[in-house]
Amino acid sequence: MKARIHITLKKGVLDPQGKAIANALSHLGFDGVEEVRQGKYIEIDLAGSDSTQARAKLDAMCAQLLANTVIENYAVELEA
Amino acid sequence: MRVNVTPEIVAAHGLKPDEYAHILRVLNREPNITELGIFSAMWNEHCSYKSSRVWLRTMPTTGPQVVCGPGENAGVVDIGDGQVAIFKMESHNHPSFIEPYQGAATGVGGIMRDVFTMGARPVANLNALRFGAPEYARTRHLVSGVVAGIGGYGNCIGVPTVGGEVNFDPGYNGNILVNAMCVGIADADKVFYSAASGIGYPVVYVGSKTGRDGIHGASMASAEFDENSEEKRPTVQVGDPFTEKLLLEACLELMAGDAVIAIQDMGAAGLTCSAVEMASKGGLGLTLDLDKVPCREAGMTAYEMMLSESQERMLMVLHPDRTEAARAIFDRWELDFAIVGETTDTGRFIIRHQGELVADLPVDVLADQAPMYQRPWTPTPPAPYLAATDVPDTDDIGATLARLMGGPHLASRRWIWEQYDHMVMGDTVQRPGGDAAVIRVHNSRKGIAATTDVTPRYCAASPKEGGKQAIAEAFRNLCAVGAKPLAATDCLNFGNPERPEIMGQFVGCIEGISEACIALDMPIVSGNVSLYNETSGVAIPPTPAIGAIGLLDNIEHMATIAFKRDDDVILLVGETNGHLGQSLYAHEIAGRRDGAPPPVDLAVERRNGDFVREQIRAENIASAHDISDGGLLVAVAEMALAGNLGCALDLPKGACLRHAFLFGEDQARYVLGVNAAKVDALMAAAHKNNVPVTKLGKIGGREIVLDGKSVHSVTGLRGTHENWFPDYMEG
Repeated sequence: MKARIHITLKKGVLDPQGKAIANALSHLGFDGVEEVRQGKYIEIDLAGSDSTQARAKLDAMCAQLLANTVIENYAVELEA
Repeated sequence: MRVNVTPEIVAAHGLKPDEYAHILRVLNREPNITELGIFSAMWNEHCSYKSSRVWLRTMPTTGPQVVCGPGENAGVVDIGDGQVAIFKMESHNHPSFIEPYQGAATGVGGIMRDVFTMGARPVANLNALRFGAPEYARTRHLVSGVVAGIGGYGNCIGVPTVGGEVNFDPGYNGNILVNAMCVGIADADKVFYSAASGIGYPVVYVGSKTGRDGIHGASMASAEFDENSEEKRPTVQVGDPFTEKLLLEACLELMAGDAVIAIQDMGAAGLTCSAVEMASKGGLGLTLDLDKVPCREAGMTAYEMMLSESQERMLMVLHPDRTEAARAIFDRWELDFAIVGETTDTGRFIIRHQGELVADLPVDVLADQAPMYQRPWTPTPPAPYLAATDVPDTDDIGATLARLMGGPHLASRRWIWEQYDHMVMGDTVQRPGGDAAVIRVHNSRKGIAATTDVTPRYCAASPKEGGKQAIAEAFRNLCAVGAKPLAATDCLNFGNPERPEIMGQFVGCIEGISEACIALDMPIVSGNVSLYNETSGVAIPPTPAIGAIGLLDNIEHMATIAFKRDDDVILLVGETNGHLGQSLYAHEIAGRRDGAPPPVDLAVERRNGDFVREQIRAENIASAHDISDGGLLVAVAEMALAGNLGCALDLPKGACLRHAFLFGEDQARYVLGVNAAKVDALMAAAHKNNVPVTKLGKIGGREIVLDGKSVHSVTGLRGTHENWFPDYMEG
């Protein structure tokens, strides 16, 4: 199974990297960029076919390592 | 936001019923929710020092070297040649426990702002860190996050992190301490203060935009943790060191001119605290129009804007006819610049938002009528003297030394300071690992030495002796590099002051610190108090962390701890009585945690410290190290490791018990390495000054040899000493 995980900063948390990207875009002449929020994307290939088990495992991975749940949210998509 | 102020809401804002009653009395009406938030921010422990103020006032804060003592953003001390050093240490304990990386990073950012707000360019950062027991489940995660956060912020902004200290103790399991110190240098005629003056002058907001960061962080910092504190997480703010670098450069550029009348950084309780302090110190009123405040998010309420702790922001009062020139500077640095209000002569703090009056409060009540408590306190019962005869000897000195040097308390901190850029700016002349860091004053031969010190186990056993010892050790560390101690900053970390025994620790430490500051001529010029460091009713050990700075007239006359060459003579300065009570040996090797800490004789400290400093200046000393944790043998071993040279020691005849002599922690002592040709001159000077100096042996070889027998090889000890930290962190 393939899992796709999107990790993003929680709403309201300052995103210095996003701010830098927005700045750089406007310096390059792209007008109309109002806000940029960036995050990270992770793909994981998992053995087995039980999607409930896989979800539980991925949740634990996100909570313990992949995401900093103090300031970040994560969303997991599973593809059989 | 229409919210009815109920007793529950009042309590949630950390205001006691009698404090709220006082608010009702002075306002003669109910406050609205924004006003309640403002009172809560101004009157909480963190901002108002309501439990500690009566005691802080008793501390010595003046001296010929002091330009500005406590009460401003940081303390200011004269370093000659028309220059001043500006420095302060501040806690960021609770945020760092909840989110170690961002908590520590924003702690570093905050203390640097305190320093450059006053016109100084930050030149050095230090950090005093206390973590729980190494084996405690969260400790590793917290160490790794805090260290990365400190490095992340300091390295990005380009200010060297040059020193500090780290302790591990189960007493910090639920409440770690992250105390950040910053030292800056400014021209004496370009120091900026926070008192507003002038009527109708613009109040200007600069820096980053305001978001919903850390709303109620200041109130959180004064609330005891309970098992649910994880849920308070989303209030943690995120730091942006690159913006702070822009803010630093923009502020210093603006300050080179004459536009700035008053300036205050937005730290705890952000806009509220900075605006009220500027108005209060100037004896003025102030209006704010929140529609002008640059916001990161749409729909922010007045309450949120007034309490936001978004980082990298400043508030200033500017000369009206310099405002546009100032705006141009901040535009160029791509920072927000907004005129958000003006000074008035009404003495009222008036806030408007979306056409409505959202707060109308008397400035003096907010700032000066904050509650002040004379909390009941009970003195800590005196600990009985622990005789060395009651502490078992060791049959293997080498193994004991290795256990101490390769354990969490004394192991090399290289793993930590290698993550810090300690050389950036190019003026670090003494790197981490010595007694004190030394930073050259740019374009001069002068040096600023800086150190942080406190021994919490001493403070727990005897707050007063522990308080004295913290200042005395800072004094010794400065003297040991050859610096003249100038002044100190204190970061007073304690448990719940509403408990008389905790207040007793606080009072005892303050008394000890004050006595030592007077005797050693090191006034307290700035500081911060962090109370309620408790989890489920268990308080941290009393931890009054001291940061201190000293001045070297000429960095050529600086000592380091490293043994320099074979055949140099090893000398012991000071008297050894073999005091083992509260020593690391008693704690770690003998398992004895009782007993009084070593007594501190301040007159002897001063005499011995002045002697060592003079002898360094006279170029009679090749290496110098103060004796603290672990005692004499540990000090000698640290010098051997630093110089990669062995030594041969002979125990003086008729000395105290062997283990007490080697591992006792008597105060006011130093180990010196002295060129054989200079020993006589030094001994003569010692004799003249009544300073006891004992010959211990000489430098040479690859082993540490005691009375003819090898105790340990230098190489073997290095492995043990260096490996503990990386091994632990790999865990």
